[in-house]
Amino acid sequence: MDAEYNQIGASTELAQPSSDRRYRVFEEARITIETDTDIVVARQRGRELATRLGFSSSDLTLTATAISELARNIVQYAKRGEVTLRLIERNGREGIAVEARDQGPGIADIRRVLEGGYSTSRSLGLGLSGVKRLMDEFEIESKVGQGTKVVARKWRK
Amino acid sequence: MEVPILKQGPYLIASIQSALSDADLVELRDGLVEKVGRLRSKGVIVDVTALDVMDSFATRTLRDIAFMIRLRGAETVIVGIQPDVAFTMVQLGLTLEGVPTALDLEGGIAYLNKKSAASGREAKARGR
Repeated sequence: MDAEYNQIGASTELAQPSSDRRYRVFEEARITIETDTDIVVARQRGRELATRLGFSSSDLTLTATAISELARNIVQYAKRGEVTLRLIERNGREGIAVEARDQGPGIADIRRVLEGGYSTSRSLGLGLSGVKRLMDEFEIESKVGQGTKVVARKWRK
Repeated sequence: MEVPILKQGPYLIASIQSALSDADLVELRDGLVEKVGRLRSKGVIVDVTALDVMDSFATRTLRDIAFMIRLRGAETVIVGIQPDVAFTMVQLGLTLEGVPTALDLEGGIAYLNKKSAASGREAKARGR
């Protein structure tokens, strides 16, 4: 595991998109997130890609919903950012990695946000803790004033 | 994508045809709240059969619709939540508490008929 992911809230350079070296990436799609229609585009693209991996229909819905929540966080808190969807392979296992990245205000207290039920905005406050529940793996790094990066993965069962 | 709102006797039926953006959902909310007054509707059915994702925003907006319509004196029932969508909502803890749901359009109409029959009986009882 990358050292930068081990520390929640670690101070890291967020400006450059990083490629995920732990997995073989065999397909990639990047969607700029700025408006609420971009949220729909991102989740539909994610469903399309995961369909190609042979995900079950419930896993397709879980993944698309997680993408929707992550993209909405960008629109709501950072105004602008991007979602990168990657089809990945590790030890013969295939999955999808969703990376949501922005240069917004960042999150001061990540642990509190992940406990769920907590929200500074008007949504049900289930955004990030919800995504964590829907996906198999979840990593977050954020720095106040610099931005937030979330990577969530789901593997084919 | 605008959601068509059809008048069916005393009820309004909003039949969602495709994926909705946040703005579409808000437009649907405002359209229903306005129309229920203008057409003096007794009930509203929102058919979400075509929705493949109900995230926190969609769920919150549907809940808002139901509560706002109730404040306007009518009942709302959400119909057609798909099995995978229901599974995901429960995983997220989104239970739509306090909002009536039914399997499909038929179930929704049956619910509203029962509801208005019951309130008719109540009014009659009070009148005596």
